Amino acid sequence: MRYLPKSDTERIEMLREIGATSIDDLFSVIPDEYRLERDLDIPRQMGESEVVEYFKAAAARNANGYASFLGAGAYRHYRPVIIDSLVQRGEFLTSYTPYQAEITQGTLQAIFEFQTMICELTGMDIANASMYDGSTGAAEAVMMAIRVTGRDDVLVARTVHPEYREVMHTYAQHQGHDAREVGYGPDGRIDLAALEQAVTEETACVLVQSPNFFGIIEDIPAIAEIAHKKNALLIVSIAEAVSLGIVRPPVEADIVSMEAQSFGVALSYGGPYCGVLAAKEKYLRQMPGRLVGETKDTQGRRGFVLTLSTREQHIRREKATSNICTNQALVALMTTIFLTVYGKQGMRELAEQNLAKAKYAANALGKQGRVLFAGTPRFHEFVLQTEEPAGQLNARLLEKKIIGGLPLEKWYPELGNATLWCATELTTKEQIDAAAAVIAGAPVAVSTR
Amino acid sequence: MMATTDRFTGTTRKVTAHLTQNEGLSFEKSSPGKKGYKLAPLDVPAVDAAALLGEAVRKDEPTLPELSEIEIIRHFTRLSTWNYAIDLGMYPLGSCTMKYNPRVNEFVSRLEGIAEAHPYQPESLSQGALGIIKLLQDCLMEITGMDAITLQPAAGAHGEFTGIMLVRAYHQSKGNPRKHVIIPDSAHGTNPATAATCGYQVVNLKSNAQGGVDVAALAQMVNEDTAAMMLTNPSTIGVFENEIHKIADVLHDKGALLYMDGANMNALVGKTRPGDFGADVMHLNLHKTFSTPHGGGGPGSGPVACKKTLEPFLPSPVLKQGSNGLLYWDYNRPQSVGRVRMLYGNFGMFVRALAYILANGPDGLRQTTEDAVLNANYIRRKLEDVYDLPYSTPSMHEVVFSDKRQTRNGVKTGDIAKRLIDYGFHPYTTSFPLIVPGALMIEPTESESREELDLFIDAMRQIAREVEENPELVTSAPHSTRVSRLDETTAARKPVLRWQAAGASEAVEIDSAAKEW
Repeated sequence: MRYLPKSDTERIEMLREIGATSIDDLFSVIPDEYRLERDLDIPRQMGESEVVEYFKAAAARNANGYASFLGAGAYRHYRPVIIDSLVQRGEFLTSYTPYQAEITQGTLQAIFEFQTMICELTGMDIANASMYDGSTGAAEAVMMAIRVTGRDDVLVARTVHPEYREVMHTYAQHQGHDAREVGYGPDGRIDLAALEQAVTEETACVLVQSPNFFGIIEDIPAIAEIAHKKNALLIVSIAEAVSLGIVRPPVEADIVSMEAQSFGVALSYGGPYCGVLAAKEKYLRQMPGRLVGETKDTQGRRGFVLTLSTREQHIRREKATSNICTNQALVALMTTIFLTVYGKQGMRELAEQNLAKAKYAANALGKQGRVLFAGTPRFHEFVLQTEEPAGQLNARLLEKKIIGGLPLEKWYPELGNATLWCATELTTKEQIDAAAAVIAGAPVAVSTR
Repeated sequence: MMATTDRFTGTTRKVTAHLTQNEGLSFEKSSPGKKGYKLAPLDVPAVDAAALLGEAVRKDEPTLPELSEIEIIRHFTRLSTWNYAIDLGMYPLGSCTMKYNPRVNEFVSRLEGIAEAHPYQPESLSQGALGIIKLLQDCLMEITGMDAITLQPAAGAHGEFTGIMLVRAYHQSKGNPRKHVIIPDSAHGTNPATAATCGYQVVNLKSNAQGGVDVAALAQMVNEDTAAMMLTNPSTIGVFENEIHKIADVLHDKGALLYMDGANMNALVGKTRPGDFGADVMHLNLHKTFSTPHGGGGPGSGPVACKKTLEPFLPSPVLKQGSNGLLYWDYNRPQSVGRVRMLYGNFGMFVRALAYILANGPDGLRQTTEDAVLNANYIRRKLEDVYDLPYSTPSMHEVVFSDKRQTRNGVKTGDIAKRLIDYGFHPYTTSFPLIVPGALMIEPTESESREELDLFIDAMRQIAREVEENPELVTSAPHSTRVSRLDETTAARKPVLRWQAAGASEAVEIDSAAKEW
């Protein structure tokens, strides 16, 4: 086997030095009846070319050459080439969690830069070194709020990504608390009057998403005021991180849970992505996950270390703030490189392009249907309501190699034939016009680039 | 550089000191107006963001670096050279399985049809992705001897969470979720943290004199309130629980389940199967056993495999195959514990793990396991005369020594670990498992040649001699790194967790309850 750096002769010599006569001696502790005496029933060993061919064939059976208007928590943005060049350096790729600070300063400094950038973007004081993704990050944020407040009532907006809400319910159900949902108003935002009624002295937190699942920007200051009046925490989930280039950061929030996939991370059929938690500094003690801090070495030189680990499972065991151990470090590095590439000006320019494309798309598609919640500020997604059932409409679009908006019926049946559309800087005017033409029933030709 | 002294100072054979570049934070290198990007021109009318967004428009400018592309390349390349990595040499972290991460895995995960697949694209246009998931699931079920599986969990601890949720749902379906989970004192910290997260009390089981499960003590502990036992096999001291079936029987007799922490599965693949020896549910770490890269701490992937009885409770959705042969996600799972993560899991890691399995085949995987165990036993044989071996039970894929002999000279496991750095190795795992005071937990994996092992053994033996003759050299190590030992106490007492413009970074205020740090 080509990954194994030993000859059979070396194996025999090593066994002899150990004092074993055969390799089976080393497995003799496994009781006979549980020893596998046959080959595993899996595909035979393949040559590298065969492995590559297998995956090329699989890749060919996925969508190829389609224009796509899908978003809904997984966004297609341009990924600068140098991200991949840099994260494929073995020193980043094949390093472990930086517990041995003297020989992992590269990873540690990069995470410190990541934490700083997340604070800058979100308006929070502290950020951790990543969570699994936006959905588990939101669930962990809720757990954190419960610990901070000592209360166990949770309110969550129905405009939060439905799958985030499902994950939160899974996390919460066995902890003696569960979430109540607060609906949305005709403007596509959380119903503030309903929220005001729902928040009580027992409410640990209010979880909203902004831009929300419909792409609408929530009125964070107003929501914060309602939550804070009853001393509940406000958690703002951000599924589309690029929005922060142009959308006011949720500075009134107590905790921000963000999915940073948009920052240069491949869609990759759903993962790995990059969750992150940021918060006001007074909640530091209850923050889950790893944190990197600056310090000095014995010579007074600057260096970075994993710190405040007494919150974590390997020290605190069952009293830890979370059971999280492995996080998404390499993906966090990708987002750090992305943010370094775009920088202060680029983030704004990029976000403005997204805004412009979505505006154009909403206008173009809106002529063939109805854009819901049209008067409320939004980022780069919108809900399109059509006469035609979503399935039928999308089937017609697929014939023209266009993947249309995500049907919402499963989660929001009250919206009828509604689809969620997303346009990013990669969506072209030609693609938008083509989609509009298909919806209108006109014949079109479309290029995917 | 080594400290100059008349006393014994070892000779490093693996490494030679060389220069590394200095590099500040990206923020410190930034200057206004520099750019590392160029967007395509906008092909639709530009918009007035302030008019569109009103109050919601961003008015402040986040402080992000402004750098050109070459500076960014150098910045991160320089940082990378400050890291140790498997690609540079042996990384003997016990329980972490730092094996070679094959490059073909990276290549195939980046194929356009795979990397650009949107998770909500129609299933008819996702058959390639679903096929990869199906084949990986089938392989992992065969390897573990289990009947059902979910790939949704994002890491090992997340898999534990999912597995214990399955246990809970199973008991709940019988009318009572039960109260506690039994966990040996040798377990990873994630085990008790997981049980607590799932609403269970943790009952600690003291290990027996061999470092294994005390079956008699366990039998006394298990009752109708026991939901499960979480067991790592081989244990964290690298020992196979040879009474595993008795353990399973003791649990099953009271209706409790056996959860197996699969962190150490690299010792078992192709040689024995947890499903055959009584485990009801287990997680795997694709980033350990199945060669997906650790990436400086993630991403991982923590599939959970289980017996048929637990299948109804698996997270939704579950992959199914229709009569037309097409694969699809089944969301109609009334007994499911719910989602543990959005979408389907860390798919990019599935691709890599499957590429590893295909490149190995049954013979390669078995040989891999055998080599991993061979390497650990070789190290044990070559070091047991200089380092204390607290448990003489046969080792599987890792060996755990203690610093008992070295502490007589005031040198602890952490010091020896730091000194290993000067010899060109990443340290082993220190001070774990907790049942071994001053533990040196060494897991070489199969990826080390005899030459590399011999260099490691030579380094460890020289350090042992330094401890006898020149202990200060060891307690002040490392001497060859960019930074020496870092002040972790100040880092925790006055945390500086982000860079601040203009002037020194400031420590955040911690409330008084933080004194326990």
